Amino acid sequence: MAILLDKDTRVVIQGITGNEGSFHTRESVQFGTKVVAGVTPGKGGADLDGIPVYNRVIDAVEKQGANAAGIYVAAAFSPDAILEAVEAGINLIVCMTEGIPVVEMMKVRQALKTSSARLIGCNCPGITTPGAGKIGFMPNFIHKAGNVGVISRSGTLTYEVIWQLTNLGIGQSTSIGIGGDPIAGTNFVDLLALFEKDPATDVIVMIGEIGGTAEEEAAEFIKANVKKPVVSFIAGATAPPGRRMGHAGAIISGGKGTAAEKFEALEAAGVKIERNPAQIGKAVQEILTKK
Amino acid sequence: MKIHEYQAKNILREYNIPIPRGEVAETAEKAKEITASLKTKVVVKAQIHAGGRGKGGGVKLASTPEEAYAAAKAILGMTLVTHQTGPEGRLVQRILVEQASNISKELYLSLVVDRSRERECVVFMASEAGGMDIEEVARTSPEKIVKVAVHPAVGFSAFQARKLAYGLGLDKTQIAQFTNIAKSLYQLFIDKDASLVEINPLVITDEGNLLAVDTKINLDDDGLFRHPELKDLRDESEENPLEVIAKNTGVNYIKLDGNVGCMVNGAGLAMTTMDLIKLAGGEPANFLDVGGGASADQIEKAFRILTSDPNVKTILVNIFGGILRCDRVATGLIQASRNIDMKLPMVVRLQGTNVDEGRRLLKESGLKFEVADELFEAAQKAVALTK
Repeated sequence: MAILLDKDTRVVIQGITGNEGSFHTRESVQFGTKVVAGVTPGKGGADLDGIPVYNRVIDAVEKQGANAAGIYVAAAFSPDAILEAVEAGINLIVCMTEGIPVVEMMKVRQALKTSSARLIGCNCPGITTPGAGKIGFMPNFIHKAGNVGVISRSGTLTYEVIWQLTNLGIGQSTSIGIGGDPIAGTNFVDLLALFEKDPATDVIVMIGEIGGTAEEEAAEFIKANVKKPVVSFIAGATAPPGRRMGHAGAIISGGKGTAAEKFEALEAAGVKIERNPAQIGKAVQEILTKK
Repeated sequence: MKIHEYQAKNILREYNIPIPRGEVAETAEKAKEITASLKTKVVVKAQIHAGGRGKGGGVKLASTPEEAYAAAKAILGMTLVTHQTGPEGRLVQRILVEQASNISKELYLSLVVDRSRERECVVFMASEAGGMDIEEVARTSPEKIVKVAVHPAVGFSAFQARKLAYGLGLDKTQIAQFTNIAKSLYQLFIDKDASLVEINPLVITDEGNLLAVDTKINLDDDGLFRHPELKDLRDESEENPLEVIAKNTGVNYIKLDGNVGCMVNGAGLAMTTMDLIKLAGGEPANFLDVGGGASADQIEKAFRILTSDPNVKTILVNIFGGILRCDRVATGLIQASRNIDMKLPMVVRLQGTNVDEGRRLLKESGLKFEVADELFEAAQKAVALTK
């Protein structure tokens, strides 16, 4: 068991014929992911290593039973790609694309409210369930199947944390990067709820960063609803205010969204705070040994 | 992206939002000419990307073309220090010369992105407490702020304009004017992919008319790809020179005040590396995300930027090799160090695919790399090298 992505997940890759799309499709297949189709409008009928390519997402759903989508499409076309996947009845949509205008994401979020589809991202490394598959570009070798759920707003920092766990012999149930944009399809709260219910997850690691209030919202949710231990680190304690730190969403504006505020809120919610990011794996290990 | 007041006002004019008559000038002679043609009292305003210009001496009133000339002479070329510029201040290269307005009341009006989960939309904020710092008003008297949430999927409704207008206590003619301004402002926000549009103050003149006396527009960097004309409004002279070079070469860099330079792949890990330097008792000199690929070429560009900062005493390289192999990163580091004849001591922490091969290459290169295995150890070594 895991959350969102399991052995029954059948993936369609939108933008499969592009450089990124084809490269990461092959990596995903090596990892054991069931990639059943690709979509590139105008290239229907082609294939990638035997994976059929269609013009429309609906074809991938009807002909190959796709129920999840990975999107590697330029920023200008990504909102359209997401909406197409929603309309085709895809349940899990993972969009890796960086640089989508924030107003477009507002509209996409509104469209998602009237459907049962879940969007992960955009501007994210994706989702991985060791032993079942992955959508996105987390490196294959860092994962190990186990009982720790990982949620993060970052990319390489997420790999770092997963790798720390794996090196200590601690496996992961599912690892998810929710992305660095100001408006995300899926937030900490959504995933905390899923991990709390998941029998395969015993400990949750939550990696936040400066900007916005997602961590504060998570703290409130944890206090009221999460019984499982949560370990957390917030990146950006040394970030200057008013500057966008790489990610579009990582900005302290009007004095709001600082690491200090987030650490404080999480600590008050009973979360195990780890201020030294090199020690996150060890903090999880301590909790697991005590159990 | 930030733009200047005069550029923002040009956009307001495009949307028929009333602004004072005026023009931008780069010389005192031009300021005199503009004042002569306006035939009114004028305000001479320094154009820099920072607020608090008045308090810093960057805004002056003038009654005649000669006074405007003198005011312009005083402001142009000055290094204006405000609470937003930092102690180094900003060089004033342009001034806006515009008709001085008679003011019976000052209001505040803005549109911002609200990214909170319950909203995820655009929010209008209006207040009778105009001319003040709105964050201060929000702290001390939040009841003085009227808010209206507008969802881009739905659009701006007339009742929302009325809600704002009545909240501001406007009279009948002003309500009509205000509704037009609010509608245009929303349209502008959406059309241009803005992230902030602020009119502060929005003035009620002695004649009872509304006028946008000062304005600020920030643009969503992620929206610029579909507005090539707005890209041209970027003023590089307002940015840190090293940041300009970095941006133009595709390296994501922000200059800070410390002395440990760092080069990292990925924004989250780059911020984390800064935090680790601080935790180890040092001060980071910068944020630098060299990109997921971290090619030899990118590494060289990043090194050139780091070594151009005179404060940097040591460099910490932190790369998590995923799809990118550590041996490739090591080769890139060695090549780049040789190409630029790197003199600074360097701590390199590699992790991930082919890490042993990568570390071996670094050790055997004969260059001054100190190799660290662990994240915190790397930060400690780098900080120790500065002392």
